[in-house]
Order: sequence, then C-alpha cells, then structure tokens
Amino acid sequence: MCGIAGLIHRGKSSNVGSELQGMLQALKHRGEDSTGYALYGDTDGKNFIMRFKVGENVGEGSSSVMEDVSVYDERKKIVDQHLAEMGAKIVKEERVLPYSLRYEIDYNTKDLLEFSQKIESIPGVEILSMGKSLEVIKDLGNAKMVCDRYDLDKLVGTHAIGHARMATESGVDIKSAHPFWGYPFSDVSVVHNGQLTNYWNNRRALENKGMRFMSECDSELIAVYIAQKMREGASLEEGMKESLSGLDGVFTYFVATKDSLGMAKDTMAAKPLVLYESDDLVAMGSEEIAIRSVLPQEIDTYDPFDGEVKVWQI
Amino acid sequence: MANLKTSEKKSKAQSMGMHTEVLTGRTQQKFFNPDEAENFYYFGTYDVDFNKRTDLDVKDMTAPEANKEIDNLMSQGYGTIVIKNPQGKHSLGVGILNKLNLIFEGSLGYFGMGSCDGPVVRINGRVGWSCAENLIAGKVVVEKNAGSCFGAAIRGGDLICKGSVGARTGIDMKGGTIIVGGDAGAFTGFMMQRGRIIILGDVGINLGDSMYDGTIFIGGKIGSYGSDAVDAKLTKSDQDWLKRKLKVAEIGENFDLNKMKKIVAGKKLWNYDNLEPTEKKGAI
Repeated sequence: MCGIAGLIHRGKSSNVGSELQGMLQALKHRGEDSTGYALYGDTDGKNFIMRFKVGENVGEGSSSVMEDVSVYDERKKIVDQHLAEMGAKIVKEERVLPYSLRYEIDYNTKDLLEFSQKIESIPGVEILSMGKSLEVIKDLGNAKMVCDRYDLDKLVGTHAIGHARMATESGVDIKSAHPFWGYPFSDVSVVHNGQLTNYWNNRRALENKGMRFMSECDSELIAVYIAQKMREGASLEEGMKESLSGLDGVFTYFVATKDSLGMAKDTMAAKPLVLYESDDLVAMGSEEIAIRSVLPQEIDTYDPFDGEVKVWQI
Repeated sequence: MANLKTSEKKSKAQSMGMHTEVLTGRTQQKFFNPDEAENFYYFGTYDVDFNKRTDLDVKDMTAPEANKEIDNLMSQGYGTIVIKNPQGKHSLGVGILNKLNLIFEGSLGYFGMGSCDGPVVRINGRVGWSCAENLIAGKVVVEKNAGSCFGAAIRGGDLICKGSVGARTGIDMKGGTIIVGGDAGAFTGFMMQRGRIIILGDVGINLGDSMYDGTIFIGGKIGSYGSDAVDAKLTKSDQDWLKRKLKVAEIGENFDLNKMKKIVAGKKLWNYDNLEPTEKKGAI
C-alpha cells in the first residue's frame, strides 16, 4: 500500500525533520517495513553532503544477507581512497550506524555522474543522496524508529518528502526503500505510491542511455526517468508532465529539488493524495491524518485530480 | 419409460460437467417466519428524540470507540449528536441503522458514514475516500471537498458535496442520488447500475464508463465520455426533478438548468440477450 508525505515552507525554515516524522508516523498503517526521509536542510551551500551506505540493515524482517562489520570498514576505506583520488576533501565525517555514513565534502564539480560511478563501483556501496542541502535517510522500521535512530527530529530546513513502505515488489532492505536520489543530479529526490507496469521496458531504455539502477523497485524508475528528462534539458515540471504518458501504471509521486517540491498523479487517479495549500505552507500526504499531525486545526484540503502536476517553490 | 428419461437427462448433465448429486445438510439460508419475533428485530434501532441533543469530543478516541459511543448515546435516546474534533479520522459514523441527526464539526478520513441506513448527517469539513459507501437511506451533506469513490455502491439516500470530489464518484452505485456543487474527477459514474448523479461543475475523463443504467447530469465541461456512455435528451420532467432536488439539497440555487447535459448508458455493452431468463434476472 505505502504512504507518502511532503511539505514545503515558503519563505521560511522550520523543524522539517520533526514535522515529517509526525506525518509519516500517522501513515504507519500503510506500511512500516521501511521509512525514508528526504530532508532539505539549511546549509551554507559550500560543501556537498553525501549520505551513503556500505552495507544493509540485517535486523529483524530484513531480506538482506548478514555480513561481517569488518567488510563495512574495508568498503569505507576504499570510499575514502576514491574521494582522495578525485580531489574531494572530507570536511566532516559521521558514522551514524556501522552501515550508514554522512560526509560533508569539499568538491568542485557540476557533473556528479563520474563521481557517483566511481564511488558506486565499490561492491556494496550505494550513495543514498548527494547534494548541497538534500539528505536522504532511510532504514527499516516505522517513521519514529528511523527518526530516533538517526536523530532527525532536530533537523531544520525548508522542505521535505518521505515514504512509509509496505514492501510488495522487492525486498525489505534499504536499497529498495524510498526516497530515491535522482542520480546523478544534485539535490533531487523522489517518493512514490503505486505500481509501474512498464518498468522493465523503461529501465532497459534508460540503462542504454547510461543511467544506473540500484534496486529492482519500480519506484526507482521515476527518479531515474525524471533525472534523464532533466539531463536532456527539460525542467522539473516538464519532466513530470512527460511522465504521465511515459510511465504506465498507477501512481502518485513527489519530486523535490533544492528549491522546489512537485507532485504528479496518474491519469486514472488510482492512488490517493490530499493536499493543503496556503501562502506560507504546502502539506500533502496519502491521507488527511498526515496533514493533521502538523495542522491539527480545521483546514481546507482537497484531492488533486487525475493527471495533475503541481510544483511549488520555497 | 420415465426411469429411462431420467437416466438420459442425468448422463447428459454429467457429460456437460454439471453436478447432479443431491446436497444434504442444514441450509445457511434463513427463511422469513412471521411467527418468530427475531424477524422483527432490527439491529441498532433505538427510539430517539431529535430535541435531545449532546456533544461528543472524539479527539482522544479511536474510531471504534467513537462509533460505540454514538451507538450508546442513541440507546439513551439522543437524537441529535454533535461530534467535535474528528480531525480526519477514518471510519467515523459507520453502520448507523437508525434515524439520527448527526453533525461533524470538522473533517473525516476514509470510509466516513459507510454502510448507513437512515441518519441525516452534516459534515462541516472535508471527507476522504469512499464517503457514505453502501448508503441505503438517509442524507449526508459535506460542506467542503470530498475524496475519490464518493458514494461508492450506494443503494439509496441523498449524498451531497458542496465542494469538489475526486475520481470514481458513484462507482457501482445501485440507487440514490449524488449531488456535487463543484467539479468531479475521472471515471465519474463508473459501472453505475441505477440512481442519479448531478455534477454542477466539470468532470474528468471517462465519464460514465461501462455504466449499466442510471442517469448522470453534468453542468460543466466533460473531459471525455467513457465506454458506452451517451448523451440523452434533457426533458422538462428532468428539469423539474433537478430543480426540486437542488432546492432540497440547498445547492446551485442560481444554476441555469438549460446548460445541463444528460448522460445515460448506450446499452451496447449489454449482453443480456445471450443469457437465459433466470441468469438475466440475476445479472440485473
């Protein structure tokens, strides 16, 4: 089933980590195999923030194979070597969990494709996000468990999207969890509720164009599809509008960039979405109770129609 | 000779793969017996007084707790109940099989007022998916917007939304009336079998797709017609009915009924002529 939620503050920052946690926790009945956050924090914009994993969470319910922690250390060392070889300087390093790391990197490039390909050439290593304000945090369990594990409730920023997942078409693991980074674009992330039926056709076509897939989760296709459209010169909104015909199946999805948040709904409107919009805040989720966690007072909300695409700026 | 005939029938039936054995055991079917008092007991029926009014704050209640409390209040004779702080909770007010004046001071989540028979409900907020699904009788008025599957499979009663509604409004409806003051999404009246839908605003694609029967009235633009949905002539009788219905619903007071389009089933998808009479009866 899965649940998605997102919010964007216009003209100000807020405690988006805590707000999104409340929204996703309200949707936990839609799935709590894994939960993911894409948070756009307040930064000085100088350094890249790279969230990456060197292994999987093999806790209860995981479909991943157990590995020795020493393997994680080896992989981390190789990542550090590759960064040094590419001239990327690690400014700050946090090892949140044995398999999950956060680096602040001083690196001067506009094209992250080569950079990402080199880092991900290390077996078992996946970049969860790369950007100057985006941080993707995803792990097994419900929203509160992931929030507590990664200490997210203090994160201040302008906007965020998140996903509560019921695993149906791929494994219970971090690599299949949402949000997906819009590889190789800085600060692009995607969450999705639904099923895509032309996944393999699109995937093969995109792989032929040099795009990469880390999982067999159909939702990852949206991130790669949008990224490819933007690579070809389309704006975020144009890419999203093209996806309505390019992607087959039922879907409601959100895409976020450094300064914007967008939603798209398939032409059959088969997946739910409730939206609240005011001058200073847009909040949306699979169910109204998600919005109620941040706006408990009586408010006006509505369901976007079939085939609708909307994009808001911070 | 008679035996021979029976034997021939049996073997023919068997050769067609049909079952001929006599079923034994106790039937699950319950037959009406006017001598049995239980046949006259209607679950959930209470004598209520509309002038006896109370408030119920459901802020810290789960949906089952809130619904049980509504039932408890009806058993005490309360005929008007005001629900405070529904806050988008799912499944509030379901299964009320009683006359009752129910007012929600706020919004409901999914399945609000589902499977009801009799109450008059006013929701001073928005409702989520599948509002009033399977409504048998009564009236539900939503003051703001509604989600998808509004009035799914209703059998009777009036369901009114003063704002806009999502996709698949009146899907599989079998009777009753749905009135929407704003716009409606795709697949409005999808597979509807009976009843009437009135949309004063625009509708999305595939209007009345695969509808068996019933009537849809659209005041605004139509995204596209669904399979087997066709235009029909709007008669004076239709206009009179619409005028009365909108007045009762307190909606569209100044709406120009001459703009209204009437959509019905083309019945080209019907396959009933190929069915045996008994099957035809079951299908309808």
